Amino acid sequence: MDKKNKKYYLINAIAILVVFLIIQTLMSTGMLNRYISTIIMLICINIIMATSLNLSTGFMGQLVLGHAGFMAIGAYTAGILGIALKTSGMPGFVMLIICLIAGGLLASIAGIIIGIPALRLKGDYLGIMTLGFGEIVRIALTNLTGLTNGAQGLTRIPKIANFTNVYFIMALCVAAIMMLSRSRHGRAIISIKENEIAAESVGVDTTFYKVSGFAISAFIGGIGGGLFAFTIGYIAPLNFGFMKSVDILVIACLGGLGSITGSVIAAIVFTILPEALRQFDAYRMIAYSLALILMMLFRPQGLFGTSEFSTEKTLAFAKRVLSKKGKRDKKAKKGGKS
Amino acid sequence: MALLEVKNLTKNYGGLIAVNDFELSLEKNELVGLIGPNGAGKTTVFNMLTGVHPPTAGTIELRHDEVYTNSLVGKKPYDIAKLGLARTFQNIRLFENLTVLDNIKIAMHNRMQYTITEGLLRLPRFWKEEARSTEECLNLLDVFDMKDSAYILAKNLPYGQQRKLEIARALATEPSVLLLDEPAAGMNPSETAGLMETIKFIRDKFDMTILLIEHDMHLVMNICERIIVIDYGKIIAKGKPDDIKSNPEVIKAYLGD
Repeated sequence: MDKKNKKYYLINAIAILVVFLIIQTLMSTGMLNRYISTIIMLICINIIMATSLNLSTGFMGQLVLGHAGFMAIGAYTAGILGIALKTSGMPGFVMLIICLIAGGLLASIAGIIIGIPALRLKGDYLGIMTLGFGEIVRIALTNLTGLTNGAQGLTRIPKIANFTNVYFIMALCVAAIMMLSRSRHGRAIISIKENEIAAESVGVDTTFYKVSGFAISAFIGGIGGGLFAFTIGYIAPLNFGFMKSVDILVIACLGGLGSITGSVIAAIVFTILPEALRQFDAYRMIAYSLALILMMLFRPQGLFGTSEFSTEKTLAFAKRVLSKKGKRDKKAKKGGKS
Repeated sequence: MALLEVKNLTKNYGGLIAVNDFELSLEKNELVGLIGPNGAGKTTVFNMLTGVHPPTAGTIELRHDEVYTNSLVGKKPYDIAKLGLARTFQNIRLFENLTVLDNIKIAMHNRMQYTITEGLLRLPRFWKEEARSTEECLNLLDVFDMKDSAYILAKNLPYGQQRKLEIARALATEPSVLLLDEPAAGMNPSETAGLMETIKFIRDKFDMTILLIEHDMHLVMNICERIIVIDYGKIIAKGKPDDIKSNPEVIKAYLGD
């Protein structure tokens, strides 16, 4: 069991590396221009945001409509710190990590502050509360002009994020959530969604796991925000409005609440789709919305439901198909001879 | 001292007295039935014992070992579960969209020790404890003849097996006292007969102390050693099944004057 798992971890790690090398080569040879490169980085950021939201909404079952609030806290913390450290002359990568961790920590403190009252609220009520939280963050950022430069936004943030570090931080975040969801702590978080009363009755400390679920989700969301700041180099409160929260929620829902790989695929599709439709400018949002409606009509549980893409199963499937094909070929040959 | 000692347990909802001066003393390995007409307050007693609702007054004490006893009043349900009181529910509460195995593994949560970091980094203790708990879960399922359904979703089990799974899940927390809230509700006579065997078997195999609420008199009279009857929140009779059957107070409560 142990050995088998190690083999698939290795295969997955290699797959992650191969995808990276392909994109990196395409970028360095100039086949992907700056515009496309930025979109690829935004995809990575959206993957981080959608998977982190999936932890609180998909796995823990707590509706969060203010995830952009955590993103904003992470982005502004990292951005302000980045501007302050710009002249310190430390290497970009070290600075990036320090800023991201600071942004994540502050966001997770906000997550804990949200998590405590959330213990008493359920479903739609919690949704409305988190929506309020997101708006408070946005308005606070607009009005704290001394610190955040208000509605004009924070400019001249060093663009220290490049494809390499965004990609690997994304891979790390996704892997962390994946590992978490398949440990005893992750199961405790999932049991809260499934049946909170039953979870309590078998000894799962629901208070602790709810608050830590929010904290971890906010931490990773904050990292995503920080990366956003360092990728674009400019952030304004409007980037983190209610619509941003909805966008993230839409990605998580369409990928399948409770499926991390689903979120990854949906984040790729729903970052590319609006960009690809740019040439039909006027009809862009109609097509995008139509895609959402059709999706909800025909596959309400999202692309993946709660299941995950698994290398193990895919390989087994491929083997089966190939062996069948092999047999069929043999049969065909035999048939031909006789 | 008894394993579970309950004294003067009372619950008021505003002016309504749901449970009044309830007392109970469970010895190790006893099988006791709690019966009463609808609305008598049986489930309220369970909810107070397991911390779902705090009692208005009274004491609940669970013996830990020869020396220590823990008071359960004012504790959270998960702390009470950790102290060794497990329960099932009147209407089944499973983790429906998870596999049978995962249902039980969640109940083993507190018996695994690895930290969140060890889990994230997949350090050796994670593998060791996960493998051990999977094995224990499968053994437990084997006891209930459910090993074959370990990897199907709990919601796809037939009703009788869902009941069994809930009991198995409660046992996975390694309780010292097991509370069963109407385990035979919605079962047909043959399923009930099977359940009776299961309950007896659990008591003998796990050396378990069991308190059960049940409306099926056949089941209660057959397997319980002692019965407590409550009506309007008050104990109206207690004793051996045969005495309860002929007790005029009990007949009055069930059939009227």
